[in-house]
Amino acid sequence: MSDALLNSLIIEYLHSTIRIAVLIVLPCLGEVFLERSGVINIGMEGAILTGAFFGVLGSAITGSALVGVVFAVIAGAIVTLMFSVVVVTMRANQIVSGMAVNMVALGLTSFLNRLIFGVRGIPLMVAGIDPFPIPYLSNIPVIGRILFQQDVFVYLAYVLVPMAVFVMYRTTWGLKIRAVGEHPEAADTVGINVYAWRYRMAVLNGIMCGLAGAALSLSQLNTFTENMTAGRGFIAMAAVIFGRWNPASATLAALAFAATDALQLRVQGFGIGISSQFLMMMPYLFTLIAVAFFRGRWSMPAALASSYARESD
Amino acid sequence: MTITKKYPRNLLRKDAILAAIGAYRDRFFSWLIPVGAFLLSLAILSIVIAVAKVSPLVAYGALMRGAFGNQHAIATTLIHATVLIFAGLGIAVAFRSGVWNVGAEGQILIGGLTSAVVGIYVKGLPIYVHLPLCLASGFVGGSLWGGLAGFLLAKYRVNEIITTLMMNYIAMYFVGWLIRGPIRDPGGSDVQTFMILPSATLPIIYPGTNLHAGIIVALLTAVLIYVLMFRTSIGYQLRAVGINVHASRYSGMRIHLVQVSAMLISGGLAGLGGAAEILGAQYRLRDYFLSNYGFDAIAVAMLGQLHPIGLVLSGILFGGLKTGAATMQRMTNLPSSLIYLLQGTVVIFVVSATILQTMSARSLSRREERRNERRAPE
Repeated sequence: MSDALLNSLIIEYLHSTIRIAVLIVLPCLGEVFLERSGVINIGMEGAILTGAFFGVLGSAITGSALVGVVFAVIAGAIVTLMFSVVVVTMRANQIVSGMAVNMVALGLTSFLNRLIFGVRGIPLMVAGIDPFPIPYLSNIPVIGRILFQQDVFVYLAYVLVPMAVFVMYRTTWGLKIRAVGEHPEAADTVGINVYAWRYRMAVLNGIMCGLAGAALSLSQLNTFTENMTAGRGFIAMAAVIFGRWNPASATLAALAFAATDALQLRVQGFGIGISSQFLMMMPYLFTLIAVAFFRGRWSMPAALASSYARESD
Repeated sequence: MTITKKYPRNLLRKDAILAAIGAYRDRFFSWLIPVGAFLLSLAILSIVIAVAKVSPLVAYGALMRGAFGNQHAIATTLIHATVLIFAGLGIAVAFRSGVWNVGAEGQILIGGLTSAVVGIYVKGLPIYVHLPLCLASGFVGGSLWGGLAGFLLAKYRVNEIITTLMMNYIAMYFVGWLIRGPIRDPGGSDVQTFMILPSATLPIIYPGTNLHAGIIVALLTAVLIYVLMFRTSIGYQLRAVGINVHASRYSGMRIHLVQVSAMLISGGLAGLGGAAEILGAQYRLRDYFLSNYGFDAIAVAMLGQLHPIGLVLSGILFGGLKTGAATMQRMTNLPSSLIYLLQGTVVIFVVSATILQTMSARSLSRREERRNERRAPE
């Protein structure tokens, strides 16, 4: 294989790693904040799927992909808002409720897809979000292609990741969120509204899932298919854990997982003798090994997955 | 002095009713919640179906016919129910012990894998040795897979939700890798293993259909789990730890041991589910065999109120939904995945109902307090 060809292969590989990573990074950031406030949402998969469907629906109705994104974000937020009513106010078990959200989302999107778009041999293509090369920056050799010839979702992630780190560790909001997730009783005592923060974080999580759904259906495939998320919500969950509930590390974890995923698609192209099944297992295996062997440093938010009841009600 | 002189008649009657509800409250709710949740979900599903301009009655008719309409339909329903009951029992044991095992999916796959390997490669045994050995290896496989999470939880306080969730996908890709490489049948064009030996197959119990003996094993296991959970000291400890870890610790129970046992039993039961399906219905491992059963089983367990009797009923119900959905899709053009909507809403209603239960318990105890206050001066 010539050097030039190999170089371009590697550049394209890194380019698609970023493309794949954005689908994990966005929900991952939302989930980091939600879990830091003490709520675990296994239903991310469902929220992303719902976002993906309503993105396509919005785009199909109005012909504008941007409206599609708005639809997706609202749909994602509604899903997690309903989830938080169940787990925060009704204090239902978060794990089981999250699973239920996935089921409802799968059933509802498949149903609406069939009802609105019908059964068709060729998938319906809607107006999508085209890649938008950033002027000047995209002309930088190598890096320009990898980082700056992407779509708006990727650029959004570039902005959101540092913002998330800043908010989490340098603002009172971040402090309150972490307090609510570590010790809700103490937070409540000093006047932080535990329920309100958990609701806010759930909606934030839903917005991010909606964005990821829109990125999947509007920017990468321009159509909706049943269960098209195919486990991305769970990869994002693994990235949150592997990143130790820290937005920056979680993003790195998501990038690493995306890199394995992109490699898996190219195993034959690169002539690597590793089974793609084995590669796809890696994110989960590494996460398991991390929590099992480095458990001292992998302490999760203390109040994660437990519901909070004020004594006074 | 008679009681009726002290209290007005209507108050007495109200008290009597409340006391009766109080005494039977748990039993009352354990039936009311699942039945109510299911009916409510059915109502929502009916609205959704009506939106699609399909008569809900027609859709449910198709669903019922597909699930229970003839002996083949019933056989398929029971075959699906077998896996769901096994895995649901496993989930119930774990949840009742306060261990959140969401890894039934992976444990089913590993149980299927180990039973198939023993069924294919251990040769020359008579059926009465080979078949039990295969079932046992399915149990052990799932048990070890789940037990690892239990061990990490008990020994190192590693959260079991995280480990079981991750191990689902590890199992999925691990089995996927095995059937593509080491244990693949090289002769077949599809990705699959060899067939299990005839001495490893679960016999057909209703000739003319595919119904295999797995359902009988599942029902017997349900009885066994009932006895274990509610009639033995092991079950008592499991449930006590599930209700209050601290109180159990202070009363001298070995929490670590209880948690590991819960996961060993739980994973083993899910593994048996995988084994029963492979030994009784599929006879070999294929790509994506039994996908999503582990998650469906959570719905089964919740609707069954984590009780073996409820579980058998809800397992058959959900097995029927799985079977009937295809017929519904064919006859009404509604997508078969619509049943996931029903499944999800049922679970949401069941878990949300716990707060109603605590609220009613609290209001009852408040009434009791007030009544005692009224009585106190005399």
